[in-house]
This record gives sequence, C-alpha cells and structure tokens, in this order.
Amino acid sequence: MYATVKGGEQAIDNAHRWLADQRRGDRGVAELDLAQIRQQMGRAVDRVMSEGSLADPELAAVALKQAQGDINEAVFLLRAYRNTLPRLGRTEPLDTGAMRLDRRITPVFKDTPGGQMLGPTFDYSHRLLDFSLAGNDDPPPAAEAEPAADGAVTPITEQLVREGLTEPDLADDTQPVADITREPLRLPAGRDARLQALARGDEGFLLGLAYSTQRGHGGHKVYAGEVRQGEVTVSFVPEELGFPVEIGRMTVSECHVLTPEQADSDRGPGLARGYGLAFGRSERKAMTMALVDRALQARERGERIQAPAQDEEYVLGHLDSVHAAGFLEHLKLPHYVDFQAELATLRALQQRNDRDDDGGDQP
Amino acid sequence: MTAHSTSPAPEPRERQERLALLARAPEELLEAAWQELPGKPRLTPLRPPETGLLMVRGRAGGTGRQFHLGEVAVTRAAVCLPDGTAGYGYVLGQRSRHAELAACFDAMAADGSWAAEVQRAVLDPAARHVEAEDAAARQRAEATRVDFSTLVREG
Repeated sequence: MYATVKGGEQAIDNAHRWLADQRRGDRGVAELDLAQIRQQMGRAVDRVMSEGSLADPELAAVALKQAQGDINEAVFLLRAYRNTLPRLGRTEPLDTGAMRLDRRITPVFKDTPGGQMLGPTFDYSHRLLDFSLAGNDDPPPAAEAEPAADGAVTPITEQLVREGLTEPDLADDTQPVADITREPLRLPAGRDARLQALARGDEGFLLGLAYSTQRGHGGHKVYAGEVRQGEVTVSFVPEELGFPVEIGRMTVSECHVLTPEQADSDRGPGLARGYGLAFGRSERKAMTMALVDRALQARERGERIQAPAQDEEYVLGHLDSVHAAGFLEHLKLPHYVDFQAELATLRALQQRNDRDDDGGDQP
Repeated sequence: MTAHSTSPAPEPRERQERLALLARAPEELLEAAWQELPGKPRLTPLRPPETGLLMVRGRAGGTGRQFHLGEVAVTRAAVCLPDGTAGYGYVLGQRSRHAELAACFDAMAADGSWAAEVQRAVLDPAARHVEAEDAAARQRAEATRVDFSTLVREG
C-alpha cells in the first residue's frame, strides 16, 4: 500500500513544465497539428480509439499529441475524457454486412461471391525502410477502377451456414446486453461481456495470447475465414423522433476465424468460429480478438481448459491496458511506510538468524 | 440484418434521408449554403448544441447477439421556426456548429415555403458530395481487386 504524502508541488509543476517543453521540442521545427496526426498517423489514432473505447479521431489525435506518441498514455487520456461526457444513449447494432468495403479478403476460399480486394494494406510489402520519406513525400494518388455493376458480397460464414458446416449466429434482441463500463464484469461472462472486454483490450496482450493458441497452448488449427475493412453507418433513435437516424459513418475492421472441430463434444464435426470487430483500420486487433474469442469458448463448448488463453478469469482480468498500467505504475508512488515495516521485519529476522548461528538458543 | 423494426409508426423515410445527408455532408458545405441563403427565417434554439456519448453496438459474428463495442461522441442540437416547427441535428463527433446547421436546415425543409430552396441549396449538393465520396472509395477498392492463382495443385 502506498502512503499519502504532501508537498513537492513546485517540483511537480516544474516536471510537468519540462514534459510540455519536451513535447514541443525544438521551436525551430514546425509543430505537429492535429489534422497531420489524424491523417498521417492514422493507424496510431485507430489504436488509441480502439483501446480508449471511444471512436473519435479528433479526440484521439489530441491524446496522441499530448502523450508524445505514447499509445498507452493516450488511451488513458481518452478514457479519462470519456468520463466527462454524458451518455446520451446507444446506437443501433452496426450492420457490418452492409459495409462499404475498402478491403475484403477470404484466405480460405480463392473464389467467393464478391471476390477479394486488398485495400490499403501493409500485406505483401517488403518492409524495407523507405528513406525517401526523409524528404518530402508526395506519392501518386491511389489507383481507381470501375466496379462491376453486380458487386454483391456474400459473407463466407453465410455460405458455410448454408452448407451446414457451421452454426449461424442468431440474434436474440430480447436479451439485455451487458455493459462492463456500467457494471463490473461477472464471471462466467456471457459472450456479450467477453466481446466488449476484448474490444477494449490491449492489442499487445491479446496478440501474445492469440499467438500462444497458434503455438498449441490450448489452441486449435485456426483459419482466417474473412477479414474486412470499410465504412459502416452509425444510427440511433433519438427520444424526440422515435425512429432511427443516421448520424454518420465510421471505419471498422472485422474478422471471422474458423477452427475445424472433428469431434466437437455433442455437436459433431464442423467449424467453430471466433469474431473480432474494432474501430478504425485495426486489423491485427480484430484478428487477435477473434482468436481469443474462439479460445474463450472452451467452457461453453465443453473443452478442457488447459492454457491461459482459454482461462476467462485470466484473460478478461488482465487485458485492459489502463488497469494494468495503473496498477504497475502505482509502484512509483511513495511506499515508505509499508517498506519501513518490511525492513523492520527483515532486520528482526536477520538478527534472530545471527543469534541462531552463534549457537545461541537451541530448540 | 438490422433489427430496429420495433418503432410503432412507419419510419418517415424522407426525414431520415434528410438527417442522414445533413450529418454526412461536410460542415463547410452546410456553412457555405447557410451563408448564401437570402432572407433566412428566424430560428430559435430549443436546445443548445450538446455533445455526449452513444454506446455503439455490434453483433457477435456480424449477425448474432448484441454486444457493446465502445463509444462514439455525438453532438445534437434542436431549433424551431416561429410557427413552432422543430428541426433536429445529430452528428458524429464534437461538432456544435455542424449539429446546429443540420437542425436549422431540418426545420426549414419541413416548412413548405423553404423546402424547395433547402433541397436545391443543401440537400442536392450534399447528396452529390456523399455519392462522389462513396464512388471514389469503391473505385479505389476495385483497383485492388485480386485474383490469386494457386501454384500448387488443389485438392
């Protein structure tokens, strides 16, 4: 436990002043403006929105600038700001089937209705540093091509459901929907609470867990069934109108993963699935979310829980970067009192041991 | 796939389309149209612009059980014409002026003497803007359509 302390105001003020000075850096170098961060550091903005659990690129850009690019700190700032705004309601469920697709790949089928579009991706790039970016970078505009008139895209899960290879995800809108920002997470968690927790979870932590399942720690042979990026409509029902109104669009990333189950408890052979959805172009996040969602189905599917990624208490209890960083960083606060007590105990024990070594009291 | 068919009255499509366009059009487009409109009616704020949060819902697997994905900021505003006709604006983000302009145009579009002018000066250009934006994005995506050929024998 840390002790409450007083004093140090001047030092703290000056430390923060130095931090702000450092953020600005050399005044001879042009200052970053928020539009530059939003547009040219878009993937960082998306990650902050995703883990900050607030899809607002402008606010995320402010957070990133203030945090000097420290993603974790920016996420914390965004979460804190979110607490100052009133909750006006909820949106209608996003219809990701109606997404205006920027990207859509189906790694499990070469040919599938709607085809595949790579979109703006790092995939297939050579990962060679591009030193031309040290100068003024002015790439040619994106290529364009006329889409075919019949652009119908059937989600691959829909095909697999039709063939009876996997179970459909059926909506039951009469059920209440858990909100872990309002009520503490209760275990065992429903899939609603689990997906919400995963969506806010730290990408690095989830990536490590997803990787562990791929390496066999409670894992299954996994396939990425479909990965999508694009714009979806956001709508909600204002009280005064009583019907849904579209308030804008936002970019999301979505992923379905498939695991073949040869003898899946009482369900027989078929494909189990995991689902990931994330704000912005956060594809790695959506994929890790889908893998971990699948791993955490162990309990409800009657699978043996043998690895961390399948352990709901472990995963859902440790995935939040704000909680984790807060608990870690509180170690930097004064712990004088606790530590003095520890030292007193240790000294007493050492003295006793020394006496014992001197051949003092025999038991 | 949308499951919001619980509202009792049929949804007034025209207004939904209008509010969607006013929300999606860039604020600059609305502002320019506002500045150019001659002899505007007197509009009284019913509610000053207010920013709050909406919890965004998704569906497990895209079609299943609902879950909470995270929040968005939304700004809402309400105005009324002298005869009491109300107009509402709802836009994503912290955008007070945008929400206010949307509310003003929504009220005016509901008024017979202004409807045609709002259509011409705002809604038509907004629709063209939104369509062009969508078309450009579709064309960029189309240019990345890929046809992988498999090098090993399948099966």
